[in-house]
Amino acid sequence: MRKYDFTRRSLLKGTALAGVGLAAPTILTSKSWAANYLNEPTGSTVTFGFNVPQTGAYADEGADELRAYELAVEHINGEGDGGMLNTFSSKELKGNGINGKKVVFVTGDTQTKSDAARASAKRMVEKDGAIMITGGSSSGVAVAVQSYCQDAGVIFMAGLTHSNDTTGKDKRANGFRHFFNTEMSGAALAPVLERNFGKDRVAYHLTADYNWGWSQEGSIKKYTEKLGWQTASAVRTPLGSGDFSQYITPVLNSGADVLVLNHYGRDMVNSLTQSVQFGLRDKQVNGKEFAIVVPLYSRLMAQGAGENVKGIYGSTNWHWSLQDEGSKAFVKSFGQKYGFPPSQAAHTCYVQAILYADAAQRAGTFRPSGVGAALEGFEFDGMGNGPTEYRADDHQCFKDVLVVKGKENPTSQFDVLEVVEITPRAQVEYPASLLGGELGPYNDGV
Amino acid sequence: MGNTDTKRKDLILLAGFSAVVLLAPFIFGPVGAGYPDLLQKFAIFGIFAMGFNILFGLTGYLSFGHAAFLGVGSYAAVWTFKLLTMNPFVALSLAVLIGGLFALAIGFVCLRRSGIYFSILTLALAQMSYNLAYSVLTPITNGETGLQLAQSDPRSLDAMFGIDYGAVLPSSHLFGIDMTGYPGFYFCAVMFIACFYLSMRIFRSPFGMMLRAVKSNQNRMNYTGLNSRPYTLTAFVISGMYAGLAGGLLAVTDPLAGAERMQWTASGEVVLMTILGGAGTLLGPVIGAGVIKYFENIFSAFNEGFLLDVFDFLPEVIQHAAVSVSSLFVGEGWHLTLGALFMVIVIFLPGGLMEGINRLYRKFRPKGGSSDPDAAPAPAPAE
Repeated sequence: MRKYDFTRRSLLKGTALAGVGLAAPTILTSKSWAANYLNEPTGSTVTFGFNVPQTGAYADEGADELRAYELAVEHINGEGDGGMLNTFSSKELKGNGINGKKVVFVTGDTQTKSDAARASAKRMVEKDGAIMITGGSSSGVAVAVQSYCQDAGVIFMAGLTHSNDTTGKDKRANGFRHFFNTEMSGAALAPVLERNFGKDRVAYHLTADYNWGWSQEGSIKKYTEKLGWQTASAVRTPLGSGDFSQYITPVLNSGADVLVLNHYGRDMVNSLTQSVQFGLRDKQVNGKEFAIVVPLYSRLMAQGAGENVKGIYGSTNWHWSLQDEGSKAFVKSFGQKYGFPPSQAAHTCYVQAILYADAAQRAGTFRPSGVGAALEGFEFDGMGNGPTEYRADDHQCFKDVLVVKGKENPTSQFDVLEVVEITPRAQVEYPASLLGGELGPYNDGV
Repeated sequence: MGNTDTKRKDLILLAGFSAVVLLAPFIFGPVGAGYPDLLQKFAIFGIFAMGFNILFGLTGYLSFGHAAFLGVGSYAAVWTFKLLTMNPFVALSLAVLIGGLFALAIGFVCLRRSGIYFSILTLALAQMSYNLAYSVLTPITNGETGLQLAQSDPRSLDAMFGIDYGAVLPSSHLFGIDMTGYPGFYFCAVMFIACFYLSMRIFRSPFGMMLRAVKSNQNRMNYTGLNSRPYTLTAFVISGMYAGLAGGLLAVTDPLAGAERMQWTASGEVVLMTILGGAGTLLGPVIGAGVIKYFENIFSAFNEGFLLDVFDFLPEVIQHAAVSVSSLFVGEGWHLTLGALFMVIVIFLPGGLMEGINRLYRKFRPKGGSSDPDAAPAPAPAE
């Protein structure tokens, strides 16, 4: 009995101790001690956080993104040949870092999972003092990391994310996207599809069952139905299925004459290869040639699908064979360093890093609201996509969109896509209110 | 059982454990783990593994679907934030409740079988839950994007008490202290210590003894006329509640719930944590959880630049060779290192890291007290 009293008493003591322990860090981290804004760089360097998928389905894209970031940091710090800094219309960056501080970076693995991506972003912000987080190759991850960056109070420069939601329903003030979205893909693809396949078609969709897939299916349906096409059916496939044969067989009997593959990465490589193996492209349906469309293309995927991409239409953000000065400068310095041309993921990440650096330089501060104000409504050129604007209403870049097609006679293993049309910006622009969501105020993390 | 010696040792263990947990920011700072997010993960996954250990360590029932309860707890907590209030206690109560109910349902079905059939059943049900959360139940779970807070959420209880968050997204708070950063960690830490105390009481109780009897020979137990299923079901529900609490805490420190928390890899991770640290011991699963989270967050972040600094003292040729070899094992190769470590431990220390600690303890104090109180429940027949 006495023993029990003793235990209870010490438990009380322990609770009191815990209370003190609980209070101590609150005093330490209370706002009077905090800096001007979160992770304000005080030394001679400023830290960027590169959060890319290093494992999982999008690891190829992630590796290329990291290469591009390293190149961007070199150029900002005045090493290498300067790349697109020479063609960029803003001349504020002098090759001596940003605001007199040299850029250093830390990296993290998103694993293409929202939880893991947020954990690694948190590590970079809380432990390594990153002032800005950038990267990613999935819209689900981009949305999750963007909302973390908003809560924490750092800028998020989205990497490869194509869903409307990133700068639509889930947009945040601290988040910025250079990549295009499914709405623009739909608007750019529709006229090309009309010219090649006519107005009287029946489409069958196979869609990756997640945020981006739904977004893309919605946009392509919207624009093709405007042309007069019908949609026979839209079937959702789980992300990462290796075998699509069970989804392809019903297409043959559905009466559809166009197959739209809303897949990306390895899913697209598998579904396209299997569709071609099933002989879909050799078929005649409703008296027309059966056609396959892949709305979002990347050079890495086209390489993976090999022969099967020949003549297949899609859209892309950027392609290394573009002949403007900016693209040529970027391909040259990337090629010199790594020995092969960059992918569209590498391009958008490189541009995002440069744009952030330039905005911080122009603003004269790394404070998120200051950098954000410098990016809002910013118009620039010489970054490979022609004249581009960061729209203030939704932090989305507006620029020309490329419609591409699998090349019939490739000259090298990298030369797999040819540009069919450059759709002008005016044709893909839409009002910010179309996609909903609200930016809210900037968070500086104080 | 229940002698005063064990009680005193338990008290010392609890005091030592509390001290380490409360001083964690200072203790783990030097190894690069002293930042709030990782400390929170240590505590949360410590709770998760501790709960799993009540089932696996005591009864020997290997559940391969425990992540489902974690996920359900997270969803329950986030929905509480959205609909009722940002107070963490309300969210945690509901997370524990829902986690427990879910475990009751799944346990009722799965515990009809034991051994490998039990494991496969739990795996199947958890994978079903994952797929439901990922696609079918999208209106409730928001699918792959994950459930998040929005400015337009009703938060009816908060609204009733006139708490207005203005134009920014609210974070969970306890009477004005935000549950992020260090306050968030200390909130988790207090829960962690409470859970540790509870788990200790279960280990020492007659109920715990019953569970151990299930592990050592369930058939013989049944032949004596004892129905063991109520005991195993209770253990299953308790560990489901621990998992629900852990899931709720994940949502409290970061108001987001994603379906991948329920994936089979997440279920496998908690099995790894428990075996790595030592199944059936009080501290083992906690240590295992810490090791795995440390690898996942710190080891995976070492890149070539970091390695070049580490091997700076070597001549340049050797430095580059050392970097290219060791870079296979850090960064994206962290799974490789973890796998190797796991193999070494399973082969040489079948009782997990706790067995290693106990061996060291006995080596340096040969004539002292018989052994650590934790060593008793895990008698290694190999010795």
